[in-house]
Amino acid sequence: MTLNSLPILSILIWTPIIGGIWALIAGDRQEQTVKYFSFAVSVITFIFSVILYCQFDPAYVGMQFVEETNWITAFDIKYHLGVDGIALPLIMLTSFTTILVILAAWEVIEKHISYYMCAFLILTGLMNGVFVALDAILFYVYWEAMLIPMFLIIGIWGGPNRVYATIKFFLYTFLGSVFMLVAFLYLYSVAGSFNIEALHNVPLTLTAQKFIFVAFFLAFAVKIPMWPVHTWLPDAHVEAPTGGSVILAAIMLKMGGYGFLRFSLPITPDGSDYFSGAMIVLSLIAIVYIGFVALVQEDMKKLIAYSSISHMGFVTLGFFIPFSIYAASNSTSGAIMGMEGAMMQMISHGFISAAMFLCVGVMYDRLHSRMIKDYGGVVNSMPTFAAFMMLFAMANAGLPGTSGFVGEFLVILSSYEASFWIAFTAAITLILGAAYTLWMYKRVVFGDVTKEAVAELKDVNGREAFILFLLAVVVLTFGIWPAPIFEVMHTSVEQLIEHVLQSKIL
Amino acid sequence: MNADLIIALPEITLLTLACLVLLVDAFSKDPLHLLTYWTTQASLLVVLAMVLCYFPENPQIAFNGSFVSDSMSAILKAFMCGISFVVFLYSHEYLKEHKFLKGEYFVLGLFAVLGMMIMASAYSLLSVYLGLELLSLSLYAMVAMQRDSSAASEAAMKYFVLGAIASGMLLYGISMIYGLTGSLDLLTIAERINVDSANHMYLVYGMIFLIIGIAFKLGAAPFHMWVPDVYQGAPTSVTLFISTAPKLAAFAMAMRILVDGLMPLVNDWQSILAILAVLSMATGNIVAIAQTNIKRMLAYSTIAHVGFLFLGLIAGTTSGFSGSMFYIISYALMSMGAFGMVILLGRNGFEADMLDDFKGLSERSPWFAFVMLCIMFSMAGVPPFLGFWSKWFVLKELVASGFVELAAIAVLFSIIGAYYYLRIIKLMYFDKPNSMTAIKSSKQMRFVLSINGVLILALGLAPNALMSLCLVALAG
Repeated sequence: MTLNSLPILSILIWTPIIGGIWALIAGDRQEQTVKYFSFAVSVITFIFSVILYCQFDPAYVGMQFVEETNWITAFDIKYHLGVDGIALPLIMLTSFTTILVILAAWEVIEKHISYYMCAFLILTGLMNGVFVALDAILFYVYWEAMLIPMFLIIGIWGGPNRVYATIKFFLYTFLGSVFMLVAFLYLYSVAGSFNIEALHNVPLTLTAQKFIFVAFFLAFAVKIPMWPVHTWLPDAHVEAPTGGSVILAAIMLKMGGYGFLRFSLPITPDGSDYFSGAMIVLSLIAIVYIGFVALVQEDMKKLIAYSSISHMGFVTLGFFIPFSIYAASNSTSGAIMGMEGAMMQMISHGFISAAMFLCVGVMYDRLHSRMIKDYGGVVNSMPTFAAFMMLFAMANAGLPGTSGFVGEFLVILSSYEASFWIAFTAAITLILGAAYTLWMYKRVVFGDVTKEAVAELKDVNGREAFILFLLAVVVLTFGIWPAPIFEVMHTSVEQLIEHVLQSKIL
Repeated sequence: MNADLIIALPEITLLTLACLVLLVDAFSKDPLHLLTYWTTQASLLVVLAMVLCYFPENPQIAFNGSFVSDSMSAILKAFMCGISFVVFLYSHEYLKEHKFLKGEYFVLGLFAVLGMMIMASAYSLLSVYLGLELLSLSLYAMVAMQRDSSAASEAAMKYFVLGAIASGMLLYGISMIYGLTGSLDLLTIAERINVDSANHMYLVYGMIFLIIGIAFKLGAAPFHMWVPDVYQGAPTSVTLFISTAPKLAAFAMAMRILVDGLMPLVNDWQSILAILAVLSMATGNIVAIAQTNIKRMLAYSTIAHVGFLFLGLIAGTTSGFSGSMFYIISYALMSMGAFGMVILLGRNGFEADMLDDFKGLSERSPWFAFVMLCIMFSMAGVPPFLGFWSKWFVLKELVASGFVELAAIAVLFSIIGAYYYLRIIKLMYFDKPNSMTAIKSSKQMRFVLSINGVLILALGLAPNALMSLCLVALAG
C-alpha cells in the first residue's frame, strides 16, 4: 500500500481517538507508560498531518483526499471527508498544538493522568473531524461531541470556579449549535442532501438566507467568539487547566472562523452580504472595546482571553469586509487579501495564544497565582523564561517580524480599500494591543522583586523550554516567511471569494 | 377462526404462561421465588421468539377487525418483551435487596406485558380500552405492592384515581366517536369520517377526549400531575417498569387512534398536539431543574421527552411517525439504563434516589460513572449518543413538514433540559464522594447495565439499522 492510497484523513481522526481510549484503559497505575504513549500518539498524528501537507496539491480547485462511505443509508448521510486549503492549515495547527498540550501536562497534572490524556487525544481526533467533514450531519456530530471532553477537562482539572465556568461554556455553545442543526435540517428539506458542497450551490430566497445566516451566526459567533456573545470565554479560560486554555484559544475559537468560511459565506452569500455591515460593526467593537477591557484586567489569563476576542475581531472583519471592498473597487484582489489576512490571523493567533497561555501556565505551576500583582521582577529569577515571554508578548502586540503582524496588517490594508474609517478603527488595535500586552509584561516581568516567592522562582526546565522554543520558532518563521501558509490556501480562498460574490438568490 | 388464533398466538401464549407462572408461584416455597422468576423470564423469551417467528409481511386482521398484527405491532412487541426481560432482571435484584420479593410481582408484570401487547395490536377502540385497562390495573397493583411504605400507597392511590378519571375521559370520547360514526372499528371510523359534514365539530369534540386519554397515559402536560408523584413514590423497580415498556404501548395507542382511526382529522389533532408538546417540553424541562430527587427529576424529564415524541406525530407524515417510534424506543432504552443505575446504587433497603447519592461516582466506580455519563448526554441529545439521533429524526421530519418554528422552540427547550443532565455529570465527576462504599451487585446486573450503556453509544455511532427498522415498520 502506497502513501497515496492511505485514508489519511480517517487516520488523522481515529489515531488519536483510539489512542485516547487505550490510554484510558491502561489507567492511572501505569502513569509513565500512559504519558509516553500519549506523546507518541500525538507525534504520529502530527507526522500524518505533515504527510498530508506534503502531498497536498495547492493548485487543485476543490476537495482533496476525499473519502466517502455510506453511514446512515436511511437518510443518505455519508461518512464524507475531504480537505482544501482552508482546512489544511487548521489541521496542522490542531495536531501541532496537541503535542504541546501533552508535553505541558507532563508533571503538572497529578489527578487521573490517564483520563486527562484520553480527553485531550479524543478531543484532537474530534477537532480534526470538524475540519475535514464534508457532510453537514457528520460535521455536527464532531462539532457537538467535542464539547463532552472539553466539558470534562474544565470541570475535572479546572480552578475553584470550574463548575460554573464549564456549565456556562457547555450551555452557551450548545445554544448556538442547535439552531445550526435546525438550519441544516431546513437546508435538507430544500436541497435533499446533507453534502456540504451540494449545499454551497443550492439556490435560496433572500428571506431564507437571512434566517439561515442568523442560525449559523449563533453557532459560529458564540464559538469564535464575537462581542456580545463572548462572555463564556473569559470564564472558561480562567478556570480551565493550562492545556484546556491552550486548546480553547488555539483551536476551538478557530472552529467558529472555519464555520463562517465553510457554511455562512458559501451557503448564504446574499445573507452574508446583507448582514456584512452589522458584522463589520460587531468586529470593530470587539477589536476596540474588548481591547480596552483587556487593558484593565488583573488576571493574566483573563487578559489573554480578552486579547483573543479582540484578535478574533480581525478574523471576522477580514471575512466580511470583501463585500464592501468589492462594492467599492469591483476587484477581487483586495477581497482575497482581506480573507487571506484573516486566515493568517487565525493560524498565527493559534500559536501566539497557545504560547501566552503556556507562559502563564509555567508561572502558575510555580506560584499558583494568575494575578498580575502577585508577580513583579520575574526576570531576575527566570531570565530564559522572560526572554521567551518577551517574544510572545511582542507577537501578541503585532510586532513586524512575528506572525502576529502579518494577518493584522493584511486585514487593515484591505479594509482601507473599503473605507478609511474601518481601517482606522481597526488600526487602533496596534496601540491597544501593545498597551495591554506590554503593560502586563512590564508589571509581571520587570521591576524590583518585592515578593519573596518570586525571588525563589526556578527558571524553566528543559521540557518547558523545549515547548516554548518550538513555538518561538514557529512564530518567527511565519512572521518572516508566511508564504507556505498562503500558498496552501490561495486557490481555495480565491475560489471561495468568487463563489461568495455571486448571488444565488432563487 | 383458526387463522385468527394464529395471528394472536403470542398473546394467547403469554396469557397461558402467565397463568402457569401464577400456579407455579402458588406452590413454590422458595423465599427467593427463583422458579417463578425464571419461568417468567422464560415466558418472555418464548413470546419474544414467537413474535419474531410470526413476523407479519402484510398487516393481518383478526377477530372481525378488532385485532391486527402488522410490522409496527410486531416490532413494538419484540421491544416490549426484551425490555421487560431486563426490567424483571433488575427488579429481582431490587426486590431481593429491599426484602419485599413476592411472586405476584412477576405475575402482574406478565399481565401488564399482555396488556401492552394487546394495545399494540388493537384495531378497534374496544380492544384499545381492553389492553389499556389490563395494563393499568396491573400497574396500580404493582405500585401499591410495597405495603408498609406510605409514599408507595399514596402514589398508588393517586395513580389509580387519576387513571380512572383518564379512562373515563377516554370512554366518553369513544362513545362520542361511536355515536357519530356508528363503529368502534378504527378502519371503519376512518372511512366514515367526513371532514366537511356538519358532524365535524362533534367529531373533534370526541377526539379531544381521546387525546386526553392518550396524553394522560404518556404523561404529557397538562395531564402530567401523576407522573412525578408516582415515579418518586413507587418502588424503583416499578418506576423503571412504568417508564419503559408501557411507554411503547402508549405510543402504539396514540398511533392506532390518531393515525389509523382519526387520520382524516389530522389538521385538528396536529394543532392540539402542538400545544401539548410545547407545554410538556416547557413544564418538564423547567421544573426538572428544581428537583433534588433523581426519580422525580427523571419523571419531569419523561414529560419533556413526551413533548418531543409528539413532534414526530405532528409532522403528520409516515416518516414522522417512524421518527416518533424511534424516539420512544430510544427513550425506553435510556430510561432503562437511568433507573437501572438508581437500582444499582441502592443497597440493603437504602434507596439511592437523591441526586447527592451520585456524588463522586467516578471515584467509586469509574465504569458505571461512564455508563451514566453516556445515558445523561444521550438524554440531553448530545452526539454521538443515541438520544441525539432520536431528537434529530423527529426534528428533521418536523422541518420537512414545514414546522420550522416549532422545531426552533423544541431545540430551545432541549438546551434548558441539558442543564439538569449536566448537573448529574457534574455530581459524578467534579464532586467528592460522600462515602467510598463499593458498589455491590450481582454479575448479571452489572453485565446487563454495561451492555445497556454501551448500546446507547453504539447505536449512536451506527443508528442506521434501528432507523431503517422504524421506517420499514410504518411504511408497509
